[in-house]
Amino acid sequence: MGVRPETEMEIALTVNGVTVRRRVEARKSLVDFLREDLELTGSHVGCEHGVCGACTVKVDGALARGCLTLAVQCDGSRVETIEGVTASGELDDLKAAFAGTNGLQCGFCTPAMLLTADVLLRDEPGLDADGIRRGLSGNYCRCTGYHAIVEAVLATARLRAEKSTADRTPR
Amino acid sequence: MTAEGATRPDRNEVIAQADSYIGKSPVRPQARRLLDGRGSFTDDVRLPRMLHVAFLRSPHAHARIVSLDAAAARALPGVVRVVTGEDLSGICAGWVGTLAHFQGMKSAMQHPLARGLATWQGEPVAAVVAESRALAEDGVARLAVEWAPLPAVTDAETALDPATPVIHPDLGDNLAFSLELASGDAARAFAEADHVVRDTFWMGRHTGVTLEPRSILAAFDPSERRLTVYHSFQAPHMMQDVLARHLGLPESHVRVICPDVGGSFGIKVHIYPDEMATCAIAVLLGRPVKFVADRLESFQSDIHARDHRVTAELALRRDGTMLGMRLDDLTGIGPYSVYPRTSAVEGNQTVRLTPGVYRFRDYAARLRVVFQNKTPMCQYRAVGHPVAFAVMEAMVDRAARELGLDPVEIRRRNYVTADMYPYTSQTGYFFERLSHEECLDKLLALSDYRARCAERDRLRAEGVYRGLGLCAFIELTTPGPAFYGVGGARISSQDGCTLKLEPGGGVTCTTGVTEQGQGTEAMLAQVVATAVGVPMEQVRVLTGDTLVSPYGGGTWASRGAGIGGEAALQSGKALKGNILRVAGAMLSCEPDDLDLRRGKIVDAATGEVRLDLAELGRVAYFRPDTLPKDFQSELTVTRHYVPRHQGFAFTNGIQLAHVEVDPGTGFVRLLGHWAVEDCGRIINPRLVDEQLRGAIVQGIGAALYEHCVYDAAGQLLTGTMADYLVPMAAEMPDIVVGHVETPTAYAEGGFKGAGEAGTAGAPGAVLNAVNDALAPLGARVTRQPITPDVVLRALGVLR
Repeated sequence: MGVRPETEMEIALTVNGVTVRRRVEARKSLVDFLREDLELTGSHVGCEHGVCGACTVKVDGALARGCLTLAVQCDGSRVETIEGVTASGELDDLKAAFAGTNGLQCGFCTPAMLLTADVLLRDEPGLDADGIRRGLSGNYCRCTGYHAIVEAVLATARLRAEKSTADRTPR
Repeated sequence: MTAEGATRPDRNEVIAQADSYIGKSPVRPQARRLLDGRGSFTDDVRLPRMLHVAFLRSPHAHARIVSLDAAAARALPGVVRVVTGEDLSGICAGWVGTLAHFQGMKSAMQHPLARGLATWQGEPVAAVVAESRALAEDGVARLAVEWAPLPAVTDAETALDPATPVIHPDLGDNLAFSLELASGDAARAFAEADHVVRDTFWMGRHTGVTLEPRSILAAFDPSERRLTVYHSFQAPHMMQDVLARHLGLPESHVRVICPDVGGSFGIKVHIYPDEMATCAIAVLLGRPVKFVADRLESFQSDIHARDHRVTAELALRRDGTMLGMRLDDLTGIGPYSVYPRTSAVEGNQTVRLTPGVYRFRDYAARLRVVFQNKTPMCQYRAVGHPVAFAVMEAMVDRAARELGLDPVEIRRRNYVTADMYPYTSQTGYFFERLSHEECLDKLLALSDYRARCAERDRLRAEGVYRGLGLCAFIELTTPGPAFYGVGGARISSQDGCTLKLEPGGGVTCTTGVTEQGQGTEAMLAQVVATAVGVPMEQVRVLTGDTLVSPYGGGTWASRGAGIGGEAALQSGKALKGNILRVAGAMLSCEPDDLDLRRGKIVDAATGEVRLDLAELGRVAYFRPDTLPKDFQSELTVTRHYVPRHQGFAFTNGIQLAHVEVDPGTGFVRLLGHWAVEDCGRIINPRLVDEQLRGAIVQGIGAALYEHCVYDAAGQLLTGTMADYLVPMAAEMPDIVVGHVETPTAYAEGGFKGAGEAGTAGAPGAVLNAVNDALAPLGARVTRQPITPDVVLRALGVLR
């Protein structure tokens, strides 16, 4: 490759619980790093300017645009992608709800939509449909018209609230 | 979920059986994979020795390419090749986007890379092939081009003026196509009218904005001269044909694979110069080459849509009876008609569809399709429909308002009604049976329309401006060969479905229709499982691979269910018959006395299980020696289907938009949206609902937000998603969907299409709702998108 060594950096980060060390170009975005260097193709590239949200991943627990974050900025960070949450099963309830309402068609926005909805439910568990629409308004979906996505997230919110009440209720 | 469509007496026995999946909404088989992030889109595919290509695109709308200096790009480490139009001239033949049935149509020869002349800002001019996309872009940045800018033709209104430069001098003028239609005697209708309404509408350019950009990976093996192409595309066989002919390869040497496709909507069914260049470069270099458009490239080079100026006049009696209509449509299509479907279809459908909901016969229309130096325009979801019905329905509402009639009643009075079918429209469209009155009644009930009208009237007194807008429509689906084939385009209107019984009892289905997320594979699995008599989990559907699937057209014009579904039904029935013949031979009984239910061979009369399908498979494939010597099992079958009895299976429906307009800011807030449509027999109600909802939101985008804005020099001003607004979740309303089911009698399944109904009606509904809200303020808009600026100008706040 024709890259000069001074434009590359060595980084170490945790991706889906696994420590990763790579030499990367300083200009490489996080999502390109995930897709090209780590072959984690579940994160998608839609606009590369931070609007569509398809590249959204979690960096140190917070949502981040993979296209507006450089890989080198994540040195020392903890990155989670759809592959990680699929392996852990932590979003299985949300995924089941999406499948049930058909809250996905082509599936290109879906991994990022799931991660975003999960963080939204964690941070603001009491949201109504309007609140969910606002919370998801940084993630573009061309196929569904959003209705079924909102239904799925609402249904998951209810189930999680019931589960949390049940977990707190002394037996 | 909402498909509580009336049960009709004409139920088909295969479909009505107890174990039928038709009319049910099982979860799509591929949902899990996509939810797990295991989708495989074209950009996810990597091949050994793969290269990446980036394109130098014209920064000018119209310019001569004086010279290109590639030395600096070639010198860049990692750059493998700089490719110009001349480099590809011996590899890829050019193309002209005309069809014979559009009489007089003309367009210029187009090539993968511009030669000498760039005709829109964004046209690919040269390519840099490198070891990574980033390096290829570095190479593009080092190309030095000397341009000689020419005056740009941007305004369709003046494109035909003698003073306007002709983009392709050999064509003589900037007119790509024109058409005049006359039915009955429009002049007499206007002479006899009590009332005439006249309006001019401007329907802005917008584009598809598929979330997955156009993507292609072409791999060429020079030793066998075989080309394999992974392509985010809707019509793999069409692409195979085009690549074979234009690259000079035998058809059998070209394999097109469409893996997961991240949305298409008509964007990914056309021939794009950059994609042809990518394939030609793969041939040139003998290595795999990948091209994935970035978002700016998408806005500049994905086909744009609409861009019409329509002037319409409607003649009526005082009682609201429509007598006749005149229409003049001018549409700008960029510098080339797009290959191979042409850019005439949009305008052609607009002028033919406009009056089709109503029974008046006197109609005259003129269409002019002109060239301009903007991104090429071509077919996008609901081709022509949204413009046609926004115009028609806005005219109807205006007439109702001026005549003091109820918007519901004026429609009811003029519909083509249940007693009139079969019926041929003013413009020659054949309607087997539509259901306007039923859809209208159902919509009014579903939306609580009268209560919302009362609420609107009450709130007006409080200074709250809400509006309700209806839009009735027809939808062209399930096209036969009259659509493209008769014009000379090698685009298949027939489709096939091959079913294979696997030894273990599973059924593998391959078909020419394709999946882009709409649920084609799920819908087909339901049809096949029902027709064969196996659980849906035992059916595996594979689409989008020209090497393995029967020849077919792919997915466009809402043809998947009507054509692919019928082929699957017939193939399933045939496979079942063959399975029962094997079972009869094994059990020494008449096949007619047996049935296949839930994957078991049963006694047809008693339902008693006689044989497991896996046992039948074992014997048929591994121990045929135990079957009679004169018996040969046939457990792979193919059936094809093409609509023969009508040019299209028309469907119909109606939508209602509910909005609130803020006269201070001009903002339009969507409060709710309802749609009732009739796509014939529904295979999967949830998937149909979701087709409607997604399509409605695309229509809402066109109505309120989406606009490809150009300056006078032909520079695109909306090249990012921060400038070009798409509908996001926060602005969108809940959408309630209802159905009427009128199965087509021309095909056993009774299926028609549903992919475009939402987009067909939503812009008209929103336009009418906004105008209803503005009516008490004396304002009216006739321009889409209806931005705050448009509203404030209509109100006289801005000038």
